[in-house]
Amino acid sequence: MPVIDMSSNPSCERQHKGPVKAQTVVVNPNATLRNAFVWIKDGLAPAHWSPPADSVRLTQSGCIYEPHVVGIMVDQTLEILNDDPVNHNVHAESQVNPAWNISEPPRAEHSLRKFSSPEVLFPITCSVHPWMRSYIGVSPHPFFAVTGDDGSFALRGVPPGTYTIEVVQEKLGNKEGKVTLAAGAAATLDFTYGN
Amino acid sequence: METENDYRPGLYRWSVLLAFCTLLLVVAGGLVTSRDAGLSVPDWPLSYGKLMPKMEGGILYEHGHRMIATTVGLFTIVSLVWIFRVDRRPWMRKLALAALIAVIVQGVLGGMTVKFLLPWWISAPHATLAQLFFSTTVAMALFTSRRWLASPVVVPEDAENPIRGLSLAVPLCVVGQLFLGAAARHKAIGSIYHICGAPLVTGVVLWVSMRILLHYARNAELRSGAALLVAVTVTQVFLGIAAFMTRVAYADAVQPMPLMVTFTVLHVAVGALTLAASVVLAILVRRNLGERVAARQLAA
Repeated sequence: MPVIDMSSNPSCERQHKGPVKAQTVVVNPNATLRNAFVWIKDGLAPAHWSPPADSVRLTQSGCIYEPHVVGIMVDQTLEILNDDPVNHNVHAESQVNPAWNISEPPRAEHSLRKFSSPEVLFPITCSVHPWMRSYIGVSPHPFFAVTGDDGSFALRGVPPGTYTIEVVQEKLGNKEGKVTLAAGAAATLDFTYGN
Repeated sequence: METENDYRPGLYRWSVLLAFCTLLLVVAGGLVTSRDAGLSVPDWPLSYGKLMPKMEGGILYEHGHRMIATTVGLFTIVSLVWIFRVDRRPWMRKLALAALIAVIVQGVLGGMTVKFLLPWWISAPHATLAQLFFSTTVAMALFTSRRWLASPVVVPEDAENPIRGLSLAVPLCVVGQLFLGAAARHKAIGSIYHICGAPLVTGVVLWVSMRILLHYARNAELRSGAALLVAVTVTQVFLGIAAFMTRVAYADAVQPMPLMVTFTVLHVAVGALTLAASVVLAILVRRNLGERVAARQLAA
């Protein structure tokens, strides 16, 4: 992973003890992929899924977005925080949902945003610090996840049926797989990028 | 007694300063795009609700661009007032007025592109108008110069090697190429169109310039104008190659790399100089070229 050059922004650089690597492609020690967005793309019976009351947080800390990939439901609240002593702008580069660009000065009130349509996956960027990039997957239902530091994901509470599962990675692209789930049973699906 | 042809050194120096500041503004605008800083200040005309935000990261480039733009706007107003006070040439007054209208439109386009999140159909015209405005300021400097106000040395146009119409084609081709470059930079089209346009425009420039250098070299102004246009065009071609190569080399970079930014911004700036040189040459052709005569008459 390339190292981010923060030398022209000392306020950002001071917040890190050592070099900061970009999270474009993060391979875990067990050779799995972190920060891939996984969701049920197709197969769910038509239904209205209410968004959770809890908001999803996107924090700007050390001039890095945390987390790098965010999953959120349609109409769920995205809470954007600036923990840094510097100005940020937050630009949602969505194509389906209306794009927006807001300023986030230090110690500003948290910005609250919602997305009204499903959209997987679009970047959130900061033009003040051009290496800052996060990705958001907006799902119409609660069956989505982001792979963690062991590369696994879990979609819980899925009703029985046959589904198309899609995994989307910001650089490597998307892959799809089919899975059939029996009542009360679990199923496993593996995705492989590259060789 | 004052005449139309009075040289006013103060006005000339001011016009040169305006042109120089406009070139700086083009460089600043190129930096904004190359550093991906176009949306670093979401509000306009204020910046983070202030006249002077903390100049950090992309804000340095975006707000710096706005500050230089404001300065150029004010300088253009001063030029207009100055020219209306002392310059009696009606067309010069119209040119100064056109320059002010252009800089106002340019400012509004700049604000709109921030508000509408950099759509290409605002950003590309904004980038192209910047180059046209720079050429306008260079023309204003030319028209207020001592050399312009002296009587021209007119040479007849060689009927077998006409250049009057061709000289007009050069700036038109350069503007088209600049628009393609701007459209590619703002992701409306692929860079292949701009790359394919480069040899065509270079060919037109060389064709016209060489015709002038071969057949009209006895006129010092035409000779200098053509030589200057060739020099900036050749420089521009090499800068374009360098900008493209660095862009390819750093395709996977997570942030704009200094070498790529440097070559791209230089390419933008020399693009402005190329257009200005082609405009100046077209103007000089109109000024220094007399009636068209056959080669036999010229030889006699």
